[in-house]
Amino acid sequence: MNSTTVRHLLLSLTAAAASLFAPLRADLLPVEKQSVTLGFIKLTDCAPLVIAKELRYFEDEGISVKLEAQSNWKVLLDRVVSGELDGAHMLAGQPLAATIGYGTEAHILVSYSLDYNGNGITVSNKVWEEMKEHAPALRAETPEHPIGADPLRPVVDRMKSEGDPMRMGMVFPVSTHNYELRYWLAAGGIHPGFYTRTDNTGQTEAEVLLSVTPPPQMPATMDAGTIEGYCVGEPWNQQAVAMGIGVPVTTNYDIWKNNPEKVFGVTKEWAEAHPHTWTALTKALIRAGKWLDASPENRVKAAEILSRPEYVGADEEVIANSMTGTFEFNPGYKRPMPDFNVFYRYHASYPFYSDAVWFLTQMRRWGQIREDHPDAWYHQVANNVYRPDVYRDAMAELIDDTDFEPERFADIGFTAEDLPETDGFKPATDDFIDGRTYDGREPNAYINSFDIGLKTEVD
Amino acid sequence: MKRTLRTLLIPLFSLGLFLAGWHFFAGTVETALGTFPTPGSTWSAARDLVDETLAEHQSRKDYVTRMEERRERHETLQERRRKRAEERGREFTPREFRAPPYSGKPTYPEQILRSLSTVFFGFLIAIAIGIPLGILCGMNDTVQKALQPVIQIMKPVSPLAWLPLVTLVVSSRISSGDDGMEVSFVVSAIVVALCSLWPTLINTAAGVSSVSEDHLNVGRVLRLPWHTRVFKIILPSALPQIFTGMRISLGIGWMVLIAAEMLAQNPGLGKFVWDMFQNGSSQTLGMIMASIITIGAIGFLLDRGMLLLERMVTYSPAKG
Repeated sequence: MNSTTVRHLLLSLTAAAASLFAPLRADLLPVEKQSVTLGFIKLTDCAPLVIAKELRYFEDEGISVKLEAQSNWKVLLDRVVSGELDGAHMLAGQPLAATIGYGTEAHILVSYSLDYNGNGITVSNKVWEEMKEHAPALRAETPEHPIGADPLRPVVDRMKSEGDPMRMGMVFPVSTHNYELRYWLAAGGIHPGFYTRTDNTGQTEAEVLLSVTPPPQMPATMDAGTIEGYCVGEPWNQQAVAMGIGVPVTTNYDIWKNNPEKVFGVTKEWAEAHPHTWTALTKALIRAGKWLDASPENRVKAAEILSRPEYVGADEEVIANSMTGTFEFNPGYKRPMPDFNVFYRYHASYPFYSDAVWFLTQMRRWGQIREDHPDAWYHQVANNVYRPDVYRDAMAELIDDTDFEPERFADIGFTAEDLPETDGFKPATDDFIDGRTYDGREPNAYINSFDIGLKTEVD
Repeated sequence: MKRTLRTLLIPLFSLGLFLAGWHFFAGTVETALGTFPTPGSTWSAARDLVDETLAEHQSRKDYVTRMEERRERHETLQERRRKRAEERGREFTPREFRAPPYSGKPTYPEQILRSLSTVFFGFLIAIAIGIPLGILCGMNDTVQKALQPVIQIMKPVSPLAWLPLVTLVVSSRISSGDDGMEVSFVVSAIVVALCSLWPTLINTAAGVSSVSEDHLNVGRVLRLPWHTRVFKIILPSALPQIFTGMRISLGIGWMVLIAAEMLAQNPGLGKFVWDMFQNGSSQTLGMIMASIITIGAIGFLLDRGMLLLERMVTYSPAKG
């Protein structure tokens, strides 16, 4: 026998042995609830939810899912907490903020990360013209990217001196967009403001005033002059280009390569009452995530589905840009960005503790978390909210399903390689626009490493 | 003959003029989402809505076929599972196939029905409170004076101001998903009731207090019990004015409902309009215009319906 045959024999023997001790999987999970309502916001990264429904992955698990668009992130969270929604598309910071009691208080659990990246920072035409005046490099047909916030400095100063500080929009106080916009501004030496005991709009000491606007209203709000720029997910940056009212200057992929963006959240009460349903929903989402990253054709199909009025609803061409891996900066300048939306590659759907900790550090940096806490506290919160065990359970079921019913899993199948080998913390990384290093195991050291931001007195 | 022609031609002519004016005006207004919707684009949006409704019905039929296929597949797989359990020496528990319920989207007509049922429920609450209170106010001057400040302060309050409070109270008392009514339905209905009850109340009070003294004296002379007085003398006399109040209430209720649906995302026509707006697609403006026309048409029909009801039920001296 050659070595390959021996290896296969050994593998199948091990699998057989393991299955003797494994519970009899590959049966329909005994879901507690067959009718589930999930909330989402009209953004392209609700894609795994939509695909899981349209490609009938939810139905395969015996669950029928109603997807209800919500008008803004606050209403979405409130309705999940009140039980009107069983779960929802959430900003990665929402479950964390809710669990530590910042904003609506509720213990939210995360079993699945919907995607990485997917946001852009857009400024109005007027601001872009002014930036070009001060930074000749930006006048090129194809300026070099990533563009930091440095060229924005003179614009900010001028507006400050005129007594009318620059205003920018983001989608929610605990949204990734808020933290990314602040990170970008601070990396360019511009102070985005603190949250304090008396100021929960985060504008204390700010050189640029940040405020909240729901994503679909961003372009209109900028067009009306209420804000001069914003950070939001797609399709609202490309929509500004299509409408001719603004220029995206950077994406969050440039700010932090492969940063966590949205998650799938449920309340702790719901999860405890419906454990099998939770696992089944996670299974369907994992399949959808993998399908989305499986091929460019799938992305094209996804753009068509998302353009339906009951989902994202924006025109298909606008959605297709970023979904299929290009991003249009100034009109006519399209850069290839294959990782603009990442749903499954690089284990994007796995809920890593280090991702949760990053958001907590930024909440502390800007004052949303008011007191110092030891590193262990940050890790504890991440443990309380992120549940990779449920992800692993769902994946184990999928691996067994693939083995049991190969016909159904012909295009998208699962093996042990789909699970990352990790203790929940990614290795330290310096893939940030300012080159700083982030290590999830040392949050306090990280918070103290910034020029702009609150400092902690814990080591 | 000439009169029928006139009653038909004049509105038709002015409608034609209106459409032409609309078409011309729309062409000159550019918005961020495209030109203001013309009659043409509104009509094609309406046709799209019909197509979507038909597609949704088709999708429901397909669902039934698909569940049948799933059931068959489930049986086949049961066999495979049984064999697998045998091979592994484990016990096999057969599990029955439970088809997940259908979860498509509501069609446009269904959203209209949803809005209508909400407004009727709210309207019923409004008249259940407004008419008795109005009768009381009309019959008894003390009650009228006592309630006056409350009525005058609550009357001008916008539904949008009531919404947060009502939502909080209702969601703390009932939770969706239980058998029974959904939170959003109850919230919308209550907000409709709160805003539309005032015209009914005020008009009923006015109608009751203006019942002719002679009629009231008959009641006193015959020493009729209060309920006979109310139902045989006061109500029939006050009915036309009560109906006027109810008609106004229904009209206000319909307006309030659309606003409440938009703000609180309660399913119905208002939410439909808001969702179209959020989409920001090239279809959006046409869809919104088509919805506006639907909303107006329904409001008109509701009003006419009430008028018809009123004519059937009241005694009009003019008819003799």
